[in-house]
Amino acid sequence: MSTIKKNILIIPGIAWITIFLFIPCLIVISYSFFERGVYGGIEYNFNLNNYTRVVEYTYLKILLNSAKIAFLSATIAILIGYPAAYFIHLSPSKYQMILLFLVMLPFWSNYLIRTYAWMVLLNNQGIINTLLMNAGIISEPINILYTQSAVIIGLVYNYLPFVVLTIFSSVSKLDNSLIEASKDLGAKSFSTFFKIILPLTLPGVAAGFVFVFVLSIGNFITPDLLGGGKFLMIGNLIYDQYLSARDWPFGSSLSFVLISIMLLLLFAQAYVVRKNS
Amino acid sequence: MGGIVMRKLIYTIFISMIFINPLKADIVVSNWDGYSAPDIMETFEAATGVAGEMSFHATNEEIMGKVTASKGVGYDVLFVSSPFAEALDKMGLLADIDHSKIPNIKNFYPEAMNLDFDPGNKFQVPYAWGTTGLCYRSDLVNETPDSWDDLLSPSDDLKGKITMLSTDRWLLAAGLLSLGYSVNETNESKLNEAKEKLISAKKDLLAYDDTTFYSKLVSGEAVMTHAWDGWCNYAIWENPDVKYIIPKEGSDLWVDTMVIMKSSNNIDEAHAFINYILDADIAAWTVNNILYKVPNKAAMDATAEIADSFPNMGMSVSELSSYETLKDVGSSAKLYAKTVSDILSD
Repeated sequence: MSTIKKNILIIPGIAWITIFLFIPCLIVISYSFFERGVYGGIEYNFNLNNYTRVVEYTYLKILLNSAKIAFLSATIAILIGYPAAYFIHLSPSKYQMILLFLVMLPFWSNYLIRTYAWMVLLNNQGIINTLLMNAGIISEPINILYTQSAVIIGLVYNYLPFVVLTIFSSVSKLDNSLIEASKDLGAKSFSTFFKIILPLTLPGVAAGFVFVFVLSIGNFITPDLLGGGKFLMIGNLIYDQYLSARDWPFGSSLSFVLISIMLLLLFAQAYVVRKNS
Repeated sequence: MGGIVMRKLIYTIFISMIFINPLKADIVVSNWDGYSAPDIMETFEAATGVAGEMSFHATNEEIMGKVTASKGVGYDVLFVSSPFAEALDKMGLLADIDHSKIPNIKNFYPEAMNLDFDPGNKFQVPYAWGTTGLCYRSDLVNETPDSWDDLLSPSDDLKGKITMLSTDRWLLAAGLLSLGYSVNETNESKLNEAKEKLISAKKDLLAYDDTTFYSKLVSGEAVMTHAWDGWCNYAIWENPDVKYIIPKEGSDLWVDTMVIMKSSNNIDEAHAFINYILDADIAAWTVNNILYKVPNKAAMDATAEIADSFPNMGMSVSELSSYETLKDVGSSAKLYAKTVSDILSD
């Protein structure tokens, strides 16, 4: 195929990204240098005030706390997702497709519905508490819903499939002869895993981690519903600036900070992948 | 100023991309979904011969975003809460209300013509109004609550079984009222006092909940909730043990209003629509179906028996109008937003 013909193929993709991603991002960035009008709307006087506001204690604390929740969620998702992906890799190939299909199955229902399902499961009179109480394991309901743990449970649950898939794709590329060689040379399973398998599958782990971290740190539905609104994350803060405070410029500067964090992480992940290949 | 080029660019993109007006009709009204009879535009056309389309917004802020970006073009009548009507007016987007074109305004209580944010109804016509207080399970509380402090520093049996509204103005109003301050307070140290009180109240909360608190009350997951009276009625509907009370320190008077956009090309028809909404029978639909009080005396008199099942529907207009309405806080908006973020993130 000639170069021109090849280039034509990319036009719809480029156009889509330009119109629906690149230009909106530019608008967001340009808004962030203006100011909220007294009655909402935008006052077009160029300044950097929104960025000095971002680093005020109130907002910095929310940013750091969001990063903490996102980090915990990503770590837990990796700890659960890695063995699952490895198990799928070791399964007979005729079952692999079925298992991967099962991992993807939750995506068939809406995010909001899945989140409400967790509220039904976790609440004080919910299924989990009722079962545990009826079984005599606990006498008082445990408060899980509307805590930070509930937020993390929700995030891990929702983004786990991404981790399983990215790690599976790394694990399935493993060269078995390397593992055999390691064993032949007397390495225990433990050191084979940490010296051979893990480094070779690191790109998958990094991709999965970044996926969960990036999706979690900007999430606002899960903290609102499972956290009972008691844990404001950066996503909620941005949402509030647009939809409650009517301060679009400040919301834009917060978005820009968030986008920058995400880009940095994606670059870091690309670096890991590159170093490994 | 480089800002001007940017501003034009942003407007052009914004208006061409986000603001689309697919509705070709004589008048375009935007309201909350379900806040008026589903066939309102058909019955309005049958009664007046004016055709119209109803579009919906989920929140005040959503419609504010649309009309501030388009300078109001594309809409004739909006339903918005009073602080938003006030902000739209201050931005110069609203048409003057011509009372001579709204004969049904005679159905109003005199108090509805003298609301403190707009005496004489110059830029808005109220649609529904009510209070914010405590909605609780009378069968599950040991003592009948009567103060905002019963919500903010609850007795032991209520701890962890309370929800509060997190919408900025009402969240702060609970703290401000408990301290005896105005719901429109802009003094920073008074707002800080309210903030401290609301932060300490947070540890006893089950959750912040603006949309489903009444189902939490019905299930018993929550025992006391910070609630709008109209929404408390949805819980009373399902369980008559649910009661509504205004704490002794008072409440705000919230008012949802109708406004006409200055940019409208159908000012007369827009007035005709508002006039139609103020018809006693039409306003009675809102009372019977939404369980909100309306400022329409004729409609309230015709539906007086509803107070038997929902006592707060019988609240006197003199009591209602004794409470302060929420006003746009103007340049204190950033302080309000930051105070709320401080509370919600603590």
